[in-house]
Amino acid sequence: MKTVKSKFKFKGGVHPDYNKELARDGAIERLPLPKELAVSMSQHLGAPARCLVKAGDFVRRGQVIGEKAGFISVCVRSPADGKVKAVEKRVGAAGAMADAVLIDTTASLPEDAPPPPVLAPMDWSSATREELLGRIEEAGICGMGGAGFPTAVKLNPPPGKRCEYLVLNGAECEPYLTADYRVMLERAPRIRLGVEIMRKVLGLPAVRIAIEANKPEAIAAMEAAFADIEGNVEIVVLPVLYPQGSEKHQIYATVGRVVPEPPALPIDVGCVVENVGTVAAIADAVELGEPLLERVTTVSGDAVATPKNVLAPSGTRYADLLEFCGGATERPAKVISGGTMMGFAVSSLDIGTTKTTSGLLFLSRRRVFQYSSQACINCGRCLRACPMNLNPAEISKAMEVDDVKTAEDAHVMDCIECGACSFGCPAYRAITQFCRKAKNSIRARIAAERAAAAAAKASDGAAKKEAK
Amino acid sequence: MIIAIVCIAGIGLVAAVSLALADKYLAVKEDPRIGMVTAVLPGANCGGCGFAGCDAYARALVEGTAPNGACAAGGEACAAAVAKILGVEATATERRVALVKCCGTRSESIRLGDYNGICDCATAAATAGGDKGCRFGCLGYGACANVCPKNAISVSDGLAKVDKRLCIGCGKCVKACPKHLIELVPASATIHVLCNNPVRGPEVRKVCGVGCMGCHLCEKNSGGKEAGHFTFDGFLAKVNYDNPPTDPSIVAKCPAKCMAEDPHFETGH
Ligand code: SF4
Ligand code: SF4
Ligand code: SF4
Ligand code: SF4
Repeated sequence: MKTVKSKFKFKGGVHPDYNKELARDGAIERLPLPKELAVSMSQHLGAPARCLVKAGDFVRRGQVIGEKAGFISVCVRSPADGKVKAVEKRVGAAGAMADAVLIDTTASLPEDAPPPPVLAPMDWSSATREELLGRIEEAGICGMGGAGFPTAVKLNPPPGKRCEYLVLNGAECEPYLTADYRVMLERAPRIRLGVEIMRKVLGLPAVRIAIEANKPEAIAAMEAAFADIEGNVEIVVLPVLYPQGSEKHQIYATVGRVVPEPPALPIDVGCVVENVGTVAAIADAVELGEPLLERVTTVSGDAVATPKNVLAPSGTRYADLLEFCGGATERPAKVISGGTMMGFAVSSLDIGTTKTTSGLLFLSRRRVFQYSSQACINCGRCLRACPMNLNPAEISKAMEVDDVKTAEDAHVMDCIECGACSFGCPAYRAITQFCRKAKNSIRARIAAERAAAAAAKASDGAAKKEAK
Repeated sequence: MIIAIVCIAGIGLVAAVSLALADKYLAVKEDPRIGMVTAVLPGANCGGCGFAGCDAYARALVEGTAPNGACAAGGEACAAAVAKILGVEATATERRVALVKCCGTRSESIRLGDYNGICDCATAAATAGGDKGCRFGCLGYGACANVCPKNAISVSDGLAKVDKRLCIGCGKCVKACPKHLIELVPASATIHVLCNNPVRGPEVRKVCGVGCMGCHLCEKNSGGKEAGHFTFDGFLAKVNYDNPPTDPSIVAKCPAKCMAEDPHFETGH
């Protein structure tokens, strides 16, 4: 095991204020079980889970309350014992409506309630690859860094593709967030165990642990935990630059490979990237039989009394998290789920956390700038900032007049929605939002075309049958 | 010199003859009726019939693969003209127009915060569900107005409204609205429920001063359940457009103030 400096620096990127000192030194604190949980069936990208419970049902901790629906999907388990108050459509952090199960955790269970389901602890060194993958799937583990891609799918590359590098994402380049940092400091041995399990599942790839240079304590903690590990393992110290934590940029920074345009995935260049929190969750699921029911969320921002890193069950309402951190010191002007660069503005504190809620930020008026967008002045700053070598100015100008074709020709599908372009635009243009709009309409068009093709095929088939 | 002239003239002659022959024997016979039908279609190319444009619909009509009467823009007159050319019966159609089922203007409904992103309903909806307190109501960023081929929609005070006289019922706005609150209704119906929020009354009242509470008074006042003028989705009344109410007095009796008589906005075009 050795520690090296990253040899590859990507083009572009920006330097936002990190503001990590607010929560960086607060050890992870466990939130007492809240009275009510709002567990969303939409925990990640891809199909939401299918809800299995209804109002009035009793649920046990660890019970599956949402089953996976589709390939890119994971199951949802109840984070606590309790009674289902209601199942209703609620707005999630990302704005879409999805079923949410409201669980009253103070309800006393009936005498004859079934015992909570248990996943038997496993000995990872003797378990087979399939057993380990099955466990990761049944524990409901998905990427905890951002999009929440189902981990079992990621760890099971399609035939013909081999994972050569397992890249551990400890960059945490989003401002304010310190959840991954605290996990690296406090749970380094769990991360190591998780890495060993993943190495076994992936067929012993080399391991690269990517950490930004502004986290020397985390680097030291990981060095200590991995000191005596066998095989090709390196800690790669990355230069401090946003969006260093993006999957593609991390792969470039650690192994110098470039992931081609979508639909290509990291596995196409022989890499699997996983967030450090997810790796620790894998260790818990396998060794302790503990499904993914809680996570560390950074509650921070200048309008929070005491910023903290909180270990909270998923489904904890934002209001409970805020209260645990001493409440707001003043009326927050903006509440963001996630980091300030890629997070989502939220409009209600009744929303529950999910497996991907890495942070919850409460910002005061002084930190929130009420801009109004103006015409592009062709300064080129967004081109310099874009880490994907796009021309964000062109895309935004095209999308202003709904010209999706031009945006598509400008490779908008490559956009990772990092926000680097909007960050520096002197005309305050909502460039990233334009990119998102373009991507959404392109995706909708592709989906419609697929559906039409499938329908045509079906009616064709029916006609042929009739002819016979 | 003479050889050159003869050669060129010869080549010209051969080419002319072969072109004439090709025109005679290789011609793709196009049904002349396609042109005739195209001429009687309105030429709006709105796509409301489900085809790529008026031309494509005309082709399908002549081939007999599309029903006569699918053109909302042309209406009955157009269907009759097509019937005359093709000798097929026009399927009876009633003119349909778009209705925005929301009356929560900015002054009547609360906003959760200031949205200053790009002016597009779907994008606004993807930002924390939109800034409107009501999760089901019109956001007022005009995605529908942007796609309307007839400029029939205008947005004022944070609410989209359709000019009934201009609307050709193409349904583009229905597809564009991320809140799915535009419906095509018979142009003859005059009494409407302008709300799309199915949750309980007190919850609606928290976010909107004019939201439907599901009190069933409209149903009672229009002859009760048996009369069948209304259906209910949760705590939301819906006009049964197969059997719409006709008595305008029920409008004023709605305690929630979400009913209206002919709310289609007249722009005075
Ligand atoms: S265009 Fe996309 S990838 Fe490029 S800077 Fe903007 S948000 Fe990031
Ligand atoms: S940074 Fe803004 S003003 Fe400058 S070129 Fe890009 S879009 Fe235009
Ligand atoms: S209002 Fe809607 S249905 Fe009517 S013409 Fe415009 S887009 Fe078509
Ligand atoms: S009716 Fe729908 S598309 Fe039109 S402005 Fe309202 S929310 Fe937007």
